[in-house]
Amino acid sequence: MSEVTVSERVIRVFAAFKKVSTEDIKMDTTFESLGLDSLDGLNLIFELEEEFGIMVPDDKVQSMKSVAEVVEGVEWLLANPDSQPKIPSAPIADKS
Amino acid sequence: MRRVVITGVGVVSAIGNDADAFWASLSAGRTGIGPITKLDASTLRFQNAAEVREFDPNGHFDEKRLLWLDPFAQYGIVAAREAITDSGIEFTDDLRDKGGVITGSCLGGKMTEDGLYYKLYAEGKQHHQPIAIPRGMSNAVASHVSMDYGLTGATFTTSTACSSANHAIGQAFWLIRQGTLDIAVTGGSEAPICFGNLKAWETMRVVSPDTCRPFSKDRSGMILGEGGAMFVMETLDHARARGAMIYAEIAGFGMSADAHHLTMPLVDGAAKAMRLALKDGDIAAEQVGYVNAHGTATQANDTMESAAIRSVFGEDTDKVAVSSTKSMHGHTLGAAGAIESAATVLALHHQILPPTANFTELDPECNIDVVVNEARPASVEAAISNSFAFGGLNAVLAFKSWQD
Repeated sequence: MSEVTVSERVIRVFAAFKKVSTEDIKMDTTFESLGLDSLDGLNLIFELEEEFGIMVPDDKVQSMKSVAEVVEGVEWLLANPDSQPKIPSAPIADKS
Repeated sequence: MRRVVITGVGVVSAIGNDADAFWASLSAGRTGIGPITKLDASTLRFQNAAEVREFDPNGHFDEKRLLWLDPFAQYGIVAAREAITDSGIEFTDDLRDKGGVITGSCLGGKMTEDGLYYKLYAEGKQHHQPIAIPRGMSNAVASHVSMDYGLTGATFTTSTACSSANHAIGQAFWLIRQGTLDIAVTGGSEAPICFGNLKAWETMRVVSPDTCRPFSKDRSGMILGEGGAMFVMETLDHARARGAMIYAEIAGFGMSADAHHLTMPLVDGAAKAMRLALKDGDIAAEQVGYVNAHGTATQANDTMESAAIRSVFGEDTDKVAVSSTKSMHGHTLGAAGAIESAATVLALHHQILPPTANFTELDPECNIDVVVNEARPASVEAAISNSFAFGGLNAVLAFKSWQD
């Protein structure tokens, strides 16, 4: 998967989330400049997890504050699938 | 104005299944945080919690009764029974008439719902026992305790996320002070350890993969806990007339809303609730020797709360000892205010301040006197217990030491 493709997909997720044109989202666009607070940021990360079928670890979230940083983080996670938390195959009922 | 005192305490928690065991752990700085055993948490981003251990429901309830009790209700009822026995109260008809049960819970019977939905959606089962609604309702504890003891006065449940129990205890206090009730059984309980709920918490990215280190520089988030705590609360005159042992006086209650953000707490809102609690109890800032902090060990709470404490106590801040006992019993959500009020009341009773366990190095952004890792003997006249909920809803209780 080329870098351009990941970047484009990330930009599409940002644009859809903010309901703006993809042209309004640049690599140096930050969460802050889009008016996204911490809770919005968590929702955007969730959308990215859905788009790429990945699980972003908590410590990676801290380093994702701009489009460029998200692209970098997503590419790293795609290249290092073992570092992603495992997605459970089925829910587990409690014993009580 | 009628004065109100605490004459009975009951606790079920990760650090003890009665008040004595709870206090023994608190005063020893012993944490109940460990690997989750009630379900397979290996696929979650966190694997630790403060679970209630060695709690045998069959030892407390017969099989028929147990069918109707979610774990959150079991914890609440067992704690209420202990508090009532501890208080030595004998309910007369008059007392039952003006006796109420006021409880807090954030999640109610979430474990019951989780089990039902798993059978429905995952296993495709269409037939279910007709227990989910009465088991799941958040007011189950209030209803069961009122029925068990025949208490027919004001009885209800508050649900304000992590402030639920403090709002409940505060209401019970005010209803007794204003004469609506003469006696109340009040507190809160919570049972959040089911997969659906843990998954929902995982998405918030506020739960620590390690342990709960409030006010530490390297803190990494909260640890979920379960349990419950309940109190018997009555007028000072009534307690004296029957020769009851008094743990502490509940003197003030303050509440506020941040009106700001769903998950980012605000210094002004927290400080306002603390100030109002002190004002309500006619307590001067310099009388307060201990704050049982909300202290979740999230980045946002602990710096905010430290600033709020400094804002309220000003130059007296350095004389106020602060600890977060969540480092031992975990964050029990809707029960937090009750379990932490139990810690506060017992601290005043024993004149020993429980520590903040798992502490490493003070975050310079938390510029307060944290009681670290070991309990501290102290002479404390008054103490407050803070609860600040998601949604910006704050509730603070103020207690005064009672030495007969």
